[in-house]
Amino acid sequence: MLWEIDIHPAEGQLDRVAERVATAAREFGLANDLRVASARGYLVEGDALDRAKIEKLAAELLVDSVVERANIRQLSATEGQADGGALNGAKCVTVLLKPGVMDPVAQSALAAAADVGVQPTAMATARKYWLSGASEAEILSVGSKLLANDAIEQVFIGALELERLELGRPYRFESRNTPIRQLDDAALMRLSRESQLYLQLAEMQTIQKHFRELDREPTDVELETIAQTWSEHCSHKTLAGRISYTDENGERRFENMLKETIFAATTAIRERLGADDWCVSVFEDNAGIVRFDDEFNVAFKVETHNHPSALEPYGGANTGVGGVIRDIMGTGMGAKPICSTDVFCFARPDTPASELPPGTLHPRRVMHGVVEGVRDYGNRMGIPTVNGAVYFDQRYLGNPLVYCGNVGLIPRDKSFKQAEPGDLIVAVGGRTGRDGIHGATFSSAELTSQSEHISGGAVQIGNAIEEKKVLDVLLVARDRGLFNAVTDCGAGGFSSAVGEMGEKIGAEVHLDRAPLKYEGLSYTEIWISEAQERMVLAVPEKNWRAIDDLCRSEGVEATVIGRFVPSGRLHLYYRDNCVADLEMRFLHKGRPPVVRKATYSASQSRPLSLPSKENYTDDLLRILASPNVASKEWIVRQYDHEVQGGSVVKPFVGVANDGPSDAAVLRPVLGSRRGIVIGCGMNPRYGDFDPYHMAASAIDEALRNCVAVGADPARVAILDNFCWGDCERPETLGGLVRAALACHDVSIALGAPFISGKDSLNNEFSYQGNDGARHTIAIPPSLLISAIGQVEDVARCVTMDLKKSGNLIYIVGESRNELGGSHFALVNDLSGGDVPTVDPETARRTFAALHRAIASGLVRACHDLSEGGLAAAVAEMAFAGGLGAQIAADRVPRTSDADHAAAILFSESNTRFVCEVEAASAAAFEKCFQDQTECRQIGAVQSSSTLEIQLEARPIISASLNELKQSWKAFMHA
Amino acid sequence: MVRPRILILRAPGTNCDAETAHAFDLAGGLTDKLHVNRVLENVGLLSEFQVLCIPGGFSYGDDIAAGRIFGGQIRHHLAETLTAFREAGKLIIGICNGFQVLLKTNLLAAGDAAGPTATLAANDSGHFEARWVRLSTQPGNCAFLNGIQELELPVAHGEGRFVTRDDDVFDRMNGSGKFVLRYAAPAQTAIKISQFAIAPTVPYPANPNGALGDVAGMCDESGRVFGLMPHPERFVDWMQHPRWTREPARPAGDGLRIFQNAVRYFN
Repeated sequence: MLWEIDIHPAEGQLDRVAERVATAAREFGLANDLRVASARGYLVEGDALDRAKIEKLAAELLVDSVVERANIRQLSATEGQADGGALNGAKCVTVLLKPGVMDPVAQSALAAAADVGVQPTAMATARKYWLSGASEAEILSVGSKLLANDAIEQVFIGALELERLELGRPYRFESRNTPIRQLDDAALMRLSRESQLYLQLAEMQTIQKHFRELDREPTDVELETIAQTWSEHCSHKTLAGRISYTDENGERRFENMLKETIFAATTAIRERLGADDWCVSVFEDNAGIVRFDDEFNVAFKVETHNHPSALEPYGGANTGVGGVIRDIMGTGMGAKPICSTDVFCFARPDTPASELPPGTLHPRRVMHGVVEGVRDYGNRMGIPTVNGAVYFDQRYLGNPLVYCGNVGLIPRDKSFKQAEPGDLIVAVGGRTGRDGIHGATFSSAELTSQSEHISGGAVQIGNAIEEKKVLDVLLVARDRGLFNAVTDCGAGGFSSAVGEMGEKIGAEVHLDRAPLKYEGLSYTEIWISEAQERMVLAVPEKNWRAIDDLCRSEGVEATVIGRFVPSGRLHLYYRDNCVADLEMRFLHKGRPPVVRKATYSASQSRPLSLPSKENYTDDLLRILASPNVASKEWIVRQYDHEVQGGSVVKPFVGVANDGPSDAAVLRPVLGSRRGIVIGCGMNPRYGDFDPYHMAASAIDEALRNCVAVGADPARVAILDNFCWGDCERPETLGGLVRAALACHDVSIALGAPFISGKDSLNNEFSYQGNDGARHTIAIPPSLLISAIGQVEDVARCVTMDLKKSGNLIYIVGESRNELGGSHFALVNDLSGGDVPTVDPETARRTFAALHRAIASGLVRACHDLSEGGLAAAVAEMAFAGGLGAQIAADRVPRTSDADHAAAILFSESNTRFVCEVEAASAAAFEKCFQDQTECRQIGAVQSSSTLEIQLEARPIISASLNELKQSWKAFMHA
Repeated sequence: MVRPRILILRAPGTNCDAETAHAFDLAGGLTDKLHVNRVLENVGLLSEFQVLCIPGGFSYGDDIAAGRIFGGQIRHHLAETLTAFREAGKLIIGICNGFQVLLKTNLLAAGDAAGPTATLAANDSGHFEARWVRLSTQPGNCAFLNGIQELELPVAHGEGRFVTRDDDVFDRMNGSGKFVLRYAAPAQTAIKISQFAIAPTVPYPANPNGALGDVAGMCDESGRVFGLMPHPERFVDWMQHPRWTREPARPAGDGLRIFQNAVRYFN
């Protein structure tokens, strides 16, 4: 029997869900006067379930009778009516997860039902809405555009009619070969596309040749394994490939582009440091590892989860966070995640619905879904989300970017791992289902308006608590020395995890032994499923009992699925049938090198004609209100940023806890005063001018954010995350290579080594427009630099809010006429100009000098200058501190071409800071910068509540703190 | 000084156990962290401890509702044990998720024939809120708040809106002094909290969730069972305060006093 329990808000309780739906329907222009009531629902199935049992289940487990009431109905019977809540007679819309999609709440409820003495055989959650005040067509469009996501959910309109909950069906084994030996090139490429292998012709030909030599056809799972291992996502074949690059300096040939730029910089820095090298493991493991203190190292990794987030923002971001946390858990012998960082790129949330290309979700919906997905995974894991940023550009319409980063703490002697021949292959954590099939290969493909339909299976929903349980036992098992190696099941699932761990040994896996969420999975699906929350351990046989007992004691499932055997081969079995027999060497070394051309030609530089104005107050207010600069407090306050108790410098600081911090500081070891600093740098707008300067600026920004709060610039490690368009186009790849060259140069000059990185290519969206023509939107070149710094004593950290009237205000660094790509240009719709550049030698000296000043306790407040330049920085410091400031712009040290008021106020030149210094410390502060860089007093903190900036004794900006803060916060509830 | 033994009771999804243990350690307690499965296997384990703490987190994912499944486990399997624990003169504290869990047992607010009398419902804002709040106390006999008049602490929760079934229940609880901890207005705009206020009198975000009567924490009649939404374990050191770089330093975080009170209770 199948029962439906609808849980409504009780009389007098607000229906927030309904309010949000009605508001969104109006804002999206779907229905103007929609009235909505909502309910949560459960479907409960079981042969022995009568109404009394269901009522008991509802009362004792599912319903909070203080604020909710339930309506119970047996489906497939005439008894009972769906209850329209406050809106009887309205149209009922039920949203159910598609069969096979993860439903963690139903799983938990099913397990807990036993405690109240009811034992259903299956449960599912549902969301229900009753809609009125709209036409049938409007209700349909609200249903499909607002209430459900076709990638994972199904919508039923009208009273729900279901006979039973659909779970799996039994699987009948059948060994399948994929004939490939006789195919011509066109057929090979068709196979690559239609089977979602997304391999290139040379690769398909290599596979064909391999199997011709073996004199047999590959099995389906062999082909899938090769495609996954060779995917862009897993092998980074483009950037680690052969590239012939041409720019204004001529041609340069790379055998391995990444190795010769970014890795090479790290190698050079480590050699220079010699015995003082504080890098531990770079570009090897799941995350980069650096030294922290005598006992611990720290690991840092940033991943992207762009394609899944485009299709299903909540699930995509949710599993993006879960995935990068597993990366940290799978680093070395397992690190403990201590904080997260998340950076997003969206199209503007006020984009008119009529401008959306087919197959895209509205950016506002994407933004909210992503924020909620990050929130729900991070908060549940108990990992503070301490840093992030959001960038808006219309070119992210089809391809929003979701960067998820995580930092882990790991004992120094647990930082390396090695699986041993004979070790058991143990799967730990969640069960395997049909979720996330083809994620690795799909993420390497371009999105189209059809992607939603082709790749629904690539979208997953996370279950954070499953991962938290795995983390709890993993760290205990690590400290007891129960395993030799660990890695996460990420893209590619078991295929990637076992393939990597067994690369140098060999492995045999019995796929029928993997625990499944439901029946019916083929051996191939089991092997490549990207079901979340799974880790793979290499366990010496003698420790299996102890691992199993430990896992059982905390309700975690551990299963032996195979063994690492010294065969040099990958053998897969399903009930004793061999379904794959591949040479590890071919799998990992057999891929033909990708050879690409890359070209860069500088865009013609055009002067930016500056308007002549008496007063720039309005420009400042508009910059503060612009989406990239505006307060993101509405996002950050949904993230738990203080769990684990280590928070020292929070995302928001100042007298009202609402000023924007430059970077986060936390103490990962409670009771110790040594701190970790997390910052980031990114500015896609600069990439339109020159990706070299964009990359250099991003590194400078990431470092200055860290240094501004007190990090030691000699101990900052950085990460690169390239998100780019289609790199088969030489000019697109050319921009990327150019950015990588900047990474090389600036990293070495600043002594900031890259320790890990990731790329996501093919971020383009193609669709058929109303004109019938094919259109493509490519994202702007988007390089995120994430930085992890260290501070010896967190008590020396400073925040950006002005502290006390009478204190002096200094600017550090030189201002140049660099308004190209600036926010001043953005809000005034100006183009052209020079983009900010970095003088790495000056930057290195400046960071070191400022650090000396901060570490000596000479600085009361410090803020870096970025979007909006000096004016925005001083404004933020003033309203955060609730104190006025008087600034003389004439005094700002600048190049001779930067005398224009707009350049002084808004230029975004790199390596600049504003510092607040007590008069008594002024001389000592100035001395820190002597012969190092420009440093000049430009004003003072005042007890007034206005910011006034003067030029030649005339005010060019004058605004109340209230006005400034209001502008900055106006975008908050977008 | 006697160092009482503190049990930090974990469940799947508990995530504030380490910093809560650190806070009790700083206060002079001797802490152990145990998974609820160990206690369910052997309820006798509890007798070795003087303080039981259910820390923050998302027990069982807060699936269905916050604290629902963990609270149900306690109600079904540990109710008598915990009642006996309290009757033996020992202390119980639930922080955030722990408060949500305790409220689903009968230890803080007994249900009656008509069902539960009070709950912690979804925040009025409709989402998770992480922010600092000011709190005022009416400690009465609450062992944990002894001598504390006001506190600043962070909250971090999605379901913290205290609601009673009806006004009578609220008045009864209020009359018996159960509402020992309430959200207070920011310092600049301090308003006197009415002893009998029912609707929230402190506006959002000072009252971060819309709790009736601004209730942030409650205590049972014995004064030995205490539940609160804010996180005292996140403010045991001055440098955890959001304005530590600008305000005069305090020797310790406000939250530490709650843990010190628990330890002092046995001295």
